[in-house]
Amino acid sequence: MKTILEAAALAPLALAPLALAASLTLSYAAEITVTPFDGPEKLAEALILAEEGDTILLQPGRWNLTDGLSLDADGVTIRGAGPDRTILSFTQQSGSGEGLLVTSDRVVLEDFAVEDTKGDGIKAKDSDQITMRNLRVEWTNGPDEKNGAYGLYPVSSRNVLIENSVVRGASDAGIYVGQSQDIVVRGNRAEYNVAGIEIENSFRADVHGNTATHNTGGILIFDLPNLPQQGGHDIRVFDNDVADNDTPNFAPEGNIVGIVPKGMGIMVMANRNVHVFGNRLSGNATTHMLIAAYPEDYDDDEYMFVPRGVYIHDNTYGEGGNAPDEGEVGKLIAGITGEPVPDIVWDGVTRIPEWFSWVSAGNRVYIKEAEDTTFASLKMISQLLLPWSSSPNRDIADHAGSLPEPAPVKLAQEAGS
Amino acid sequence: MGRRLIRRAFGAAVTALAAGLLATVPAAAVDETAILAKRPPEQLSAFGFFADAAAQLPAEGVLPFAPATPLFTDFAEKWRFVYMPEGKSAGYDEEEAFHFPVGAALIKTFAYPDDSEDGLHLVETRVLLHQDSGWQAWAYVWNEDQSEAELNIAGAKIGMEIPLPDGGVKAITYAVPNKNQCKGCHAINGAVTPIGPKARNLNHAFDYGEGTENQLARWIGTGLLTGAPQPADAPSVPDWLDETAPLDARARAWLDINCAHCHRREGPASNSGLFLTWSEKDQTAYGINKRPVAAGRGSGGLHIDIAPGKPEESILLYRVVSDEPGVMMPELGRSLTDPRAVELLRDWISSLN
Repeated sequence: MKTILEAAALAPLALAPLALAASLTLSYAAEITVTPFDGPEKLAEALILAEEGDTILLQPGRWNLTDGLSLDADGVTIRGAGPDRTILSFTQQSGSGEGLLVTSDRVVLEDFAVEDTKGDGIKAKDSDQITMRNLRVEWTNGPDEKNGAYGLYPVSSRNVLIENSVVRGASDAGIYVGQSQDIVVRGNRAEYNVAGIEIENSFRADVHGNTATHNTGGILIFDLPNLPQQGGHDIRVFDNDVADNDTPNFAPEGNIVGIVPKGMGIMVMANRNVHVFGNRLSGNATTHMLIAAYPEDYDDDEYMFVPRGVYIHDNTYGEGGNAPDEGEVGKLIAGITGEPVPDIVWDGVTRIPEWFSWVSAGNRVYIKEAEDTTFASLKMISQLLLPWSSSPNRDIADHAGSLPEPAPVKLAQEAGS
Repeated sequence: MGRRLIRRAFGAAVTALAAGLLATVPAAAVDETAILAKRPPEQLSAFGFFADAAAQLPAEGVLPFAPATPLFTDFAEKWRFVYMPEGKSAGYDEEEAFHFPVGAALIKTFAYPDDSEDGLHLVETRVLLHQDSGWQAWAYVWNEDQSEAELNIAGAKIGMEIPLPDGGVKAITYAVPNKNQCKGCHAINGAVTPIGPKARNLNHAFDYGEGTENQLARWIGTGLLTGAPQPADAPSVPDWLDETAPLDARARAWLDINCAHCHRREGPASNSGLFLTWSEKDQTAYGINKRPVAAGRGSGGLHIDIAPGKPEESILLYRVVSDEPGVMMPELGRSLTDPRAVELLRDWISSLN
């Protein structure tokens, strides 16, 4: 089954004997073809035995897997015949926390689907240069709290690229990048998840050109306490379509996304230097944009619970805020602002010392939008979920100004292109 | 496989081992080239670790050991051994696994008691081989007549009926881990690492057949371990089933050996922020009033990892009770719930305030 392609060695053959001798020390890049007829064991074995430079080709068809798959070899590509043709089905999974686990570097996953995993779909942990391209991760029964938490799930990784993929039905986030650095999420479609796309506790991320629709919330930029990497910063969310996020929240209780009200467009919670611009938002019935502090109590001296430096500009807002979620957060917001809820809502939470003085220029929330854009600051007292005034501040002009934009994220795997 | 195993007292197997040790053991030599070879041998016997593998009698130079509190793997009994190359020793570490020399091997057999002559049905033997490039982990699965164990790289699921501690019999699908799954537990900062042979786990008495002795003392005395303090000055975890030991120590010992190989700052579950190592002092880090980050449906609708005084509101207990993939913890190594562990953790969380 193992076809050795001596591509690397063929070119020097025509040159000089010296070059030929040198080429003998090159490792062989092998193509290993696996078909569903070989059974799930062959697929698991191919991944385990893969070596640096190998490409594992998954033929069209459906695998019925009873256990999670894992890849721990660097420099391996796993390529299917397309996300609707090569399908890894985990309906009968009886072990492991995810469908496919990658723990190695310089890995490309492309052109296949993972369906109905018991836990997460595809997870990459401690991976440098992980690319997920043209994949589909789906829970085929639709939104259900028994579905796995995350669809595409790189965590504690660097140089993360997720593009042109589709994720449906995750009970937490369809695309979730956690505690990672240098991230590009582009051209994906996330629908019918609790959160469409979530960037959490991460440094330097570009999220652009995605469609987030029919989730509970479209795109979330979160930072949480008590984690090895926190203080998320330098995030750009731009040129996304965030529309009709109208699925009731089906996250199992206890998960932070459980707070997200149905009909949330883009939400920024904690983090530093977040830029949200050029997005098209419509049909998000609670509010298009929410900027908020971390609402739970916590014990962590290192953690900054309020967002620091947020710049929102040049987005377009369609109809929204006209049917706020009936849950705690939706009711709280609408109770203060009335309906329709404004396009942009800031909880107005500041740290106590700043409440008595001022927030320095680099830490403020700035908004520059078209004239008819509506806004409210809820003037909330931190962590009490109570406003200190019954009337919100609707003056968007209080937020005039701007912040310098972070440089585009450069990924090591794209350095040559 | 489907072979029915009849429950038999654990003591009987220990007696058999002791008797075997006292009898004249044929001299058998460990093959160090097999330990250091790039490709592992197809058969376990090639290593020469055993004088009588079926009875788990080690060859000369191979020493049995046991941690005070073991990892739960569906009630399997485990036979652990260490092989140290001639004239070499491991360096002591107060916190982590000892620093074994290249050429050392750790051997662990998973077995259930049965009604055969030696009282044991061997399922698999896992080896950790310390090579120049680091530790290599391999699993060997025993054949039906127990005469040989064959290398298994891709993992295996074996249907069998096992005896339960309460006298019952249970059909399970026993999972032999594949090579990557070995690393799912045995990884620190991405490198394969032993878990069991740490000072705190070995600092207690062990029945060597010819007599009982503290394992640290034995290792020091036989030159297997250097740089170690006397046992009285080394850390020690209790036997989790020893009801005379403090409840807090028993629970923390159980969490350390069952969870902390992943749930530590350098482990596969580092991103959870939940660190269950024995020496973890930060209460939030070991779960007290800590909120989960990526639990998904593993939260069971609960908000807190360990809610002091409230075991029924604690995610940690919920996941130890569960036997459902995607919910249960640990993720690997078990398909059954250990009711004794559930009871211990419930009592412990109830006692917290």
